[in-house]
Amino acid sequence: MRIAVQEVPFDLGEESARFAAGCSASGAIVTFTGVVRDVAGGLEAMEIEHYPGMTESALNDIAAQAVARWSLEDALVIHRHGRLGPGEMIMMVATAARHRKDAFEAAEFLMDYLKSRAPFWKREITSDGATWVNARSEDEDALSRW
Amino acid sequence: MDVLYFAWVRERIGMPREQIDSKAATVMDLVEELRAREERYALAFSDISALRVAVDQELVDFDTSLSGAREVAFFPPMTGG
Repeated sequence: MRIAVQEVPFDLGEESARFAAGCSASGAIVTFTGVVRDVAGGLEAMEIEHYPGMTESALNDIAAQAVARWSLEDALVIHRHGRLGPGEMIMMVATAARHRKDAFEAAEFLMDYLKSRAPFWKREITSDGATWVNARSEDEDALSRW
Repeated sequence: MDVLYFAWVRERIGMPREQIDSKAATVMDLVEELRAREERYALAFSDISALRVAVDQELVDFDTSLSGAREVAFFPPMTGG
C-alpha cells in the first residue's frame, strides 16, 4: 500500500505500470484519475489546500479499510496539493484484486471516502477572483452505501 | 493547545494557527470561547453546521472532550478527489 501527498505532478503511465508490476496475484487492476476540469469556462487554476499530517493518516486509514474489506493485494493513492492548471491530474487511485468486481468496488469506496473524509479543500481561481469549492451533498450521501 | 484553521475559516480568522490557553472541556466550549473573543471569530463560527473539527488529527463531533488534546483544527467540509 502506498500513499503519496505531493505538490509535483505524477506520471500516470509510470505509476500504473509500477503498481501492476507489484501485483502478480491479481487478475484485476483498476485505476481512477481525477483531473482539473473547467466547467464554466475561464478557470485559470485550482488551488488545493490540505492538512499536513492528518491528510496522510486519513488516506492511510481509508486505504487500509479498502484493503481489508475487499482482500486487495495492493492499493495506491496519490493526491496533489498546491496550484494546478486546467487539465492537470489531481489524484489517482489504483486497486488490485483477484476479480474485477472487488477492484472496481474498492476503487469507488476509496474515491467516495477521500472526497469527503480526507482533509483537502479546493479553490477555483478565475479572472473574477477566487472561490472555495462547496462540498456537495451527493458526495456525503455517497458514503451511506458503504 | 494549538488551534488550526483551514480554507475559508483560516481566511475569516486571518491566520492559519495560534496557541490558545483554554480550559474548555469540549470542542463546543472552545467554539463559545472563540466566538466571544472578536467579531472575526463570531463570523467564522456563526454556523457550525458548515464546519468540521478534528482533535489531534482525528475527525470528531463538536461535543467531543478536549481532555489531553494537543491540536484542534476547524475547517469547512472537505473537497478532495
